[in-house]
Amino acid sequence: MDNNIRREIILDNYQEPVNKGLIEDDSYLKANMNSESCIDNLDFMIKIENNIIKDIRFDGEACAISTSATSIMIQKLIGKTVDEVKNILENYKNMIHEKSYDKEIIGELIVYDEIGKQPNRINCALLPATAVEKVLEKLN
Amino acid sequence: MNREDFPMLKDDFVYFDNAATTLKPKKVIDVMNQYYLKHTSNIHRGDYDFAIQTNKLYDHVRDIISKFVNCESSEVVYTSGATMSMNMVVFGYMKNHLKKDDEIIISKAEHASNILPWMKLSEEIGVILKYVPLNENYELTLDSIKSCVTSKTKVISLAHVTNVLGDVRDIQAIGKFARTNNILFHVDGAQSVPHMPVDFKKSYIDFLSFSGHKMCGPTGVGVLVGRYDLLKEMEPVFYGGGMNSSFEEDLTYELKDVPVKFEAGTPPIAEVIGLGEAINYLMEIGMDKIHEYEIKLKKYLLSKLKDIPNLIIYNKNMNSGILAFNIDGVFAQDASIYLNHYNICVRAGNHCAKMLKDEMNIKNTVRVSMYFYNNYEDVDRLVEALKNSKDIFNVVL
Repeated sequence: MDNNIRREIILDNYQEPVNKGLIEDDSYLKANMNSESCIDNLDFMIKIENNIIKDIRFDGEACAISTSATSIMIQKLIGKTVDEVKNILENYKNMIHEKSYDKEIIGELIVYDEIGKQPNRINCALLPATAVEKVLEKLN
Repeated sequence: MNREDFPMLKDDFVYFDNAATTLKPKKVIDVMNQYYLKHTSNIHRGDYDFAIQTNKLYDHVRDIISKFVNCESSEVVYTSGATMSMNMVVFGYMKNHLKKDDEIIISKAEHASNILPWMKLSEEIGVILKYVPLNENYELTLDSIKSCVTSKTKVISLAHVTNVLGDVRDIQAIGKFARTNNILFHVDGAQSVPHMPVDFKKSYIDFLSFSGHKMCGPTGVGVLVGRYDLLKEMEPVFYGGGMNSSFEEDLTYELKDVPVKFEAGTPPIAEVIGLGEAINYLMEIGMDKIHEYEIKLKKYLLSKLKDIPNLIIYNKNMNSGILAFNIDGVFAQDASIYLNHYNICVRAGNHCAKMLKDEMNIKNTVRVSMYFYNNYEDVDRLVEALKNSKDIFNVVL
């Protein structure tokens, strides 16, 4: 991917992330991501109805990578079934860890395909994936 | 100054993370290597020549420390670092001498290691923690301490220099006030002892904690200096070899005297010897000189930063080599990753002072912390990088 396009997508999502700001609604499941490895601290709330991700919102302070990855992932996951989400997250994590993954499934999240080369950024990119997984665990 | 003493400084980088840990001079590394290459042996009870040599070197470090901070050698306890020192004070002394509703005065600018042990003690025996309010510059004054003191105040526990903002507390005035009012005074010297003269006796300190690795010494070793009469009453947190004189089947045991009774098990011998070398090295340079130099360097940095519009600096007036700032609109960690591209080492975060956000309304900062081996060129490189920070996202993304 062209570096300028990559940078533009990340920067757009960092500076104007979607669904930033939490709302009062008990029908959402919540997770806090106070990263142990860095200083990112984001709260997530996710609404799941009939096995489908209806909405994801987040708030807090985090770096450009965590925030933009959250924004891009929110757009990717809303409307998907829980199983589809699990599959996306699996492929996304594989990409971050430089293992094999399906590009078709990843979509725009591909902008982070080289993040594995910066070890101090891996956890930033994984933060939204871990948050969503944390919420999905609550379903069981 | 003295850059040639530090092997790591031969490489091309700017090290401004000295509040986290400092680089080591060759002298310190050499003396530790000597222990491993020439006289590896345990302390106490060795009857062969090089064990006796090790023992002598190890014990002598107490004398070096006593000269360094002006206390008695018998008041020097070796620990694993300031964190352990503070836990020993809280759980070895305070737990046995305080009772429910006794009040401890601390501040929200303290490092986790001067807050969490007290919180745990509060949970265990019901002591009450009171946070001294900071003024508009996030500083703490004797008057604000006085306003918190009641008849139940038993302890004042404060950093001499705080690790996020680098404000220097007037410990002599606070210590005098505490002693006059029968309040115990614990000083977290982790950020001050490496950088300026600290006088245990003159400042009426009862307990002083500091770490070796923040003052050119090795990791894994630190010091608790305690008033001898208080150490006599302090209980060890660890029990084992080296600290007892006898123990019998009928559950009777006798411990060795202060300070050895607090040093169960084989201590970090090479590290203690390394710490002694580091302190001798610092004393040779002169703590006054180190402090003056750091202030001069920080003033130079501040004068250069004036022309950079998008910087928010939180501690312009603090009399130490610590500068906390943010680049407007940039998350602190992105800024530190950006500076890493210029081989400039700083730290981003809350710096273990997670409650300071209540006072500052800001959670994370970029921290530049200097030491005597930093020079004007280091500052110029930082300033140059910050000047170019308009293109920060082109660099970090």
